[in-house]
Amino acid sequence: MTARADILSNIRRSLGVTGRERPRVSAVEDRIETAPRGLVVERGRLPHDERVALFKEQAEAALATVVEVETRADVPAAVAAYLRDNNLPARIRRGDDPRLDAMPWGDTALEIAAGKSDGKDLAGVNHAFAGVAETGTLVMTSGHENPTTLNFLPDYAIAVVDAKDVTGDYEDMWAKLRFAHGKGEMPRTVNWITGPSRSADIEQKMLLGAHGPRSLHIVLVKG
Amino acid sequence: MTAQPTSPQFKDNARHALDDAQLQKALGNVRQNFIDRRAAVAAKLPEFEGLRDSARDIKNHTLKNLDLYLERYEENVTKAGGQVHWARTAEEARQAVLDICARVGAKTVTKGKSMISEEIALNDAIEAAGMKAVETDLGEYIIQLRHEAPSHIIAPAVHLNASQIESDFRKHHTHLDPARDLSQPTQLLTEARMILREKFLAADVGITGANFLIAETGTSIIVTNEGNGDLTQTLPKVHIVIASIEKVVPTLEDASQILRVLARSATGQEMSVYTTFSTGPRRPTDVDGPEEYHVVLLDNGRSAMLGTEFEEMLRCIRCGACMNHCPVYHAVGGHAYGWVYPGPMGAVLTPTLIGVDKGGHLPNASTFCGRCESVCPVRIPLPKLMRHWREREFERHLSPATVRWGIGFWAFFAKRPALYRLATGVAMRGLAWLGKSTGRFKSLPLAAGWTDHRDFPAPQGATFQQQWKARRKGRSA
Amino acid sequence: MPQNSAARPIRVGLFVTCLVDLMRPSVGFAAAKLLEDAGCRVDVPSQTCCGQPAFNSGDRANARAIAEKTIAAFERYDYVVAPSGSCAGQIKKHFPELFQGDPNLSQRAAALADKTYELVSFLVDVLGVTKVDAAFAGDVTYHDSCSGLRELGVKSQPRMLLSSIPGVNIVEMKENEVCCGFGGTFAVKYGDISDSIVSKKTENVTESGAHTLLAGDLGCLMNMAGKLHREGKSIEVRHVAEVLAGMTDAPPIGVPAEAAE
Repeated sequence: MTARADILSNIRRSLGVTGRERPRVSAVEDRIETAPRGLVVERGRLPHDERVALFKEQAEAALATVVEVETRADVPAAVAAYLRDNNLPARIRRGDDPRLDAMPWGDTALEIAAGKSDGKDLAGVNHAFAGVAETGTLVMTSGHENPTTLNFLPDYAIAVVDAKDVTGDYEDMWAKLRFAHGKGEMPRTVNWITGPSRSADIEQKMLLGAHGPRSLHIVLVKG
Repeated sequence: MTAQPTSPQFKDNARHALDDAQLQKALGNVRQNFIDRRAAVAAKLPEFEGLRDSARDIKNHTLKNLDLYLERYEENVTKAGGQVHWARTAEEARQAVLDICARVGAKTVTKGKSMISEEIALNDAIEAAGMKAVETDLGEYIIQLRHEAPSHIIAPAVHLNASQIESDFRKHHTHLDPARDLSQPTQLLTEARMILREKFLAADVGITGANFLIAETGTSIIVTNEGNGDLTQTLPKVHIVIASIEKVVPTLEDASQILRVLARSATGQEMSVYTTFSTGPRRPTDVDGPEEYHVVLLDNGRSAMLGTEFEEMLRCIRCGACMNHCPVYHAVGGHAYGWVYPGPMGAVLTPTLIGVDKGGHLPNASTFCGRCESVCPVRIPLPKLMRHWREREFERHLSPATVRWGIGFWAFFAKRPALYRLATGVAMRGLAWLGKSTGRFKSLPLAAGWTDHRDFPAPQGATFQQQWKARRKGRSA
Repeated sequence: MPQNSAARPIRVGLFVTCLVDLMRPSVGFAAAKLLEDAGCRVDVPSQTCCGQPAFNSGDRANARAIAEKTIAAFERYDYVVAPSGSCAGQIKKHFPELFQGDPNLSQRAAALADKTYELVSFLVDVLGVTKVDAAFAGDVTYHDSCSGLRELGVKSQPRMLLSSIPGVNIVEMKENEVCCGFGGTFAVKYGDISDSIVSKKTENVTESGAHTLLAGDLGCLMNMAGKLHREGKSIEVRHVAEVLAGMTDAPPIGVPAEAAE
């Protein structure tokens, strides 16, 4: 017998089942089909403005920095200002997300490299798929638009998120993702990011910048 | 080539641990930090207790239908372009990993933190096959340098102090300036970051564990704070996930419910920094990510736990809250348990994996204080499961003869009240007379374990039942 | 309060526990006084042990046999009360587990479990007692024994009744909910580890500055008293019932009669 057949038959023997019981099969299919939400966490169930305010508050509690801008057109200037404030070279790397492409990067003096990170970039900019208010979590999806490596290799990770994409909880975010990608379909990677990289492996003291970014800066677009 | 357990020598291990001043200092960090942080973050979420119920129910539902969810999971991994390798044993799992590494001609293998990797002793196998295995979680990296096993399932180097780590780095990072300053923990972190960054970029294969597998989408989830797991799985050509069969949950929503109790129970964070959902290899239009995605699905005795009194242990999500709150773990640390899984969860799981003849001490070395169960995010009744091991040992006559004899002797009287009153009445008067002048005993036969460290208070004299009877008689007369 | 509404007084079977029976009968008399002061009629049927040592050693057969004797001896009372969270917990939480699926005994075990209480929580939660008539002066610290705390929810009740005694000042020690390291046979089988745990406890007790250490379980108290004495500390250790009943004439645990005078 193959390992697969063996393991499945061991499980079935232990559970006293055959695997063909109609009630079990339909219970499993129903659960996957309907994906019930389970217990609802009230914290994030707020009207738009309060929800966005909670997202900001929670992201900052997780030691991210957040700047709010009025429109998408303000993003490049905000990124340039952040780099300047941190004494960083005016250089970023980003993917080809159409939302980023449409921004007036030419109005700034920023030098822009394209594509995935090779590990030498100091700063990278990705556009978030969503934000989740309950824990101040960014949701990044992989693709050439927003390469996953840009979330992890640069010392300074910069993420743009639209206020209208901030959901109250994870479940609302999954609904949004299913709407965008189709039920059961996932991008290669979905990254939930809550603050910058850290470790407490040395004497339980929390230190930032373990392997991923030392800083996480969120540009929150209101309009 | 499975990690050799020293669990049969638990008592000696414990003695050494208690005498180790460095270890005792480091264990103080567990007692303080984890507990306060968990309590604070749990108090901030009104639904926390309800989410624990929810997490328990999701896991129970999945376990009852594990065969069906695993089939769905595999189907969806395949659909996304990944491949599932089923492994009955540690040996089969190691072989599956080595075969993939050999096929792609791997030289360097980076690794995210995985307890399954420890369970199947994967690093030794990779090294024996002529490849370099590099642990990338900071704590795992440190203990790999020291050739030690993790002493905690989420904080592998919690048994060490900064000065020990400094001397390890000086010993191993010999290409760096010997005069460099490493007196601050941040300097240690920076040095490890620099060294491991090169390894991430050079690796041919990246191996991670999985906190959850999702049947609905064929997704594997890792949860880290450092981001090492993401660099491990994103940069090399091949990503191998090693996970045991009970990690599967039905849907993204189910995983989200449990994620809400995972970080809060483990580190006391609202959410870990990086929670990563991976589905298959790089897509045609992707510019990064691995070209191959494999999942090695390990049973190693778990299917046999289903339907037994130990089934509830399969709910465990490896948060470490039980050991963080365990007075025995606080006293002896993780290495004393002698195998991969320490603390209360290890005391239940280890005997199933290495045999109760070898792991029998672990479920006995508990005061049954119940604090582990009171914080377990999936409400595993750990003391009850430890007691079940004691029952199996008792049935198989594996309990020490002194215990069997002692309990038998006591039970003989406890079942015979008249005889009990007679015997205890005489014995207590005798003991009270012996202890009259001091009020306590400095040593007692058969109870050296007690009196080596503590006095034993002397009884007051006649038993309560004797005195009560006498007084009631006096009252009615 | 219940005793006023019923025509006959509440009949309580006092499960004194084997440790109190053998080692420290004064706790049993204190418990009886507290129950009688609250209007109960107290009876002490012939009894031995709840069987927990056998149960926790994996000896289910003996645990069941002993439990059966206890059920037979106590099921005729309105309530069963024990001056111990551990033994009350054994009856309340584990007797039903022991007889699960047993057609004859599962119902009887469940019925007994339903009416079994730890002493202080019985006084407060069932009888509605809010204060006691006792005299005691000094700073006391209270250790929350594990079974009482986590199996039965004993936490505020002893503190509330202690606070009703005019001279008593409760000073909380750090980590008062952490195990003292007793654990029954654990203290003998794993003496080294038990010692390490109780040492942390006595450190916290000492640091609190209290003159008296109280708890609701004699096993824990003997462990902590034994360690404090070995360390040469003069902190007095007593069962909380003794203080609540105003019966502190017996010397503290581990102190000889003449030394206490």
